[in-house]
Amino acid sequence: MTNGEQAKTTGGIMVQGLWYNNPVFRQILGICSTLAVTNVVMNTLVMCVSLTLVLTFSALTVSALRKVTPHSIRMMVQTLIIAFYVIIVDVILKGYWPEMSENLGPYVGLIITNCIIMGRCEGFARSNPIWPSIVDGFSNGVGYSMLLLVIATSRELLGMGSILGYPMPYFSTIWDKWTIMVMPPGAFFALACTIWLCRSFKPREEAK
Amino acid sequence: MEELRTALTVGFAAIFTNNILLVYFLGMCPFTSVSREVKTAMGLGFAVIFVMTCTSLLNWVAYHYVLVPLELEFFRFIMFIIVIAAFVQFVEMVIERFSPVLYANLGIFLPLITVNCAILGVSLFMVIRDYSFIVTIAYGFGSGIGWLLAILAMAGIRQRMNTANVPEGLQGPGITLIIAGLMALAFIGFTGVLS
Repeated sequence: MTNGEQAKTTGGIMVQGLWYNNPVFRQILGICSTLAVTNVVMNTLVMCVSLTLVLTFSALTVSALRKVTPHSIRMMVQTLIIAFYVIIVDVILKGYWPEMSENLGPYVGLIITNCIIMGRCEGFARSNPIWPSIVDGFSNGVGYSMLLLVIATSRELLGMGSILGYPMPYFSTIWDKWTIMVMPPGAFFALACTIWLCRSFKPREEAK
Repeated sequence: MEELRTALTVGFAAIFTNNILLVYFLGMCPFTSVSREVKTAMGLGFAVIFVMTCTSLLNWVAYHYVLVPLELEFFRFIMFIIVIAAFVQFVEMVIERFSPVLYANLGIFLPLITVNCAILGVSLFMVIRDYSFIVTIAYGFGSGIGWLLAILAMAGIRQRMNTANVPEGLQGPGITLIIAGLMALAFIGFTGVLS
């Protein structure tokens, strides 16, 4: 019984993170990186994995330390925890995949100031046990990744006629490439349209 | 002389063609949330210019005179964020002491600046692009002005947009992003003015 109940709440937390409380199109958090790394699908994938890892582990650590962290300096502690994991990701990327590290530029370091992570640590992990915090961090990370991949796929497809670097049949031949999609304005338009689509689904779901 | 010229070019590029907000997408959170009114946008913009210029200077010194000699470059994220947090805290204390009126006006925005990714972004770009001290000053200052310009324009447009009939679902952040996209298009028009 307890097992089933836990699974239910775990599922509930996941649905919250993935859709109803999705960090990107509901809370409009962390959109700096959403806009910056979505011109090529490969960069986006690496960014999504890095962010999800940092988010999950930061939530785990913040939650584990929640009883020994003094209330007054908790923001500082959280920032340091996040920075610690970001440094690990940055060092690994630099060591094993220097080109990708160069492609992403400062945006790996900017995971530190990504509002999603601070938001989840402050809003959830700080006052919840370890397991729900991990689930919450992970599902928020996946919710963020989902949206980023949708945006990245459409931008790379329309802008360069390829996905993951492989040319797509129709788009690389007859299609007139929209270069604007891989340039900065395309990022704004693609994100705006995605938010529009996702938010328009809401009324139908509530009617059910 | 040569360095001054580079500094000027980098500074102007940071305002127009390399605008920190419209081209590098940094500082989007306050850009979407604090751009409803011209007056508040202006206050935040000036605070950003000041903090951005000073922290990029402090971080340049900290990076080149502390981290590089100690070979602790990978430690820069923590160093930068601590310098920024400490500086903002210090500025807050000074303003509170000497100008309570300004403090009351800015009070809400100052702590927000600590987590503004544009501030940390400028320091990280300065390291990645290997700027010298003078170029860093110009870059930090120019980026701040570019950010102020963008948020001011957005606030002005949004005040007019209040009466417009925007489809549901596109209201709020959606339409803000579309306007930002159009502004980014306009700023791309400056490409070629500066190389």
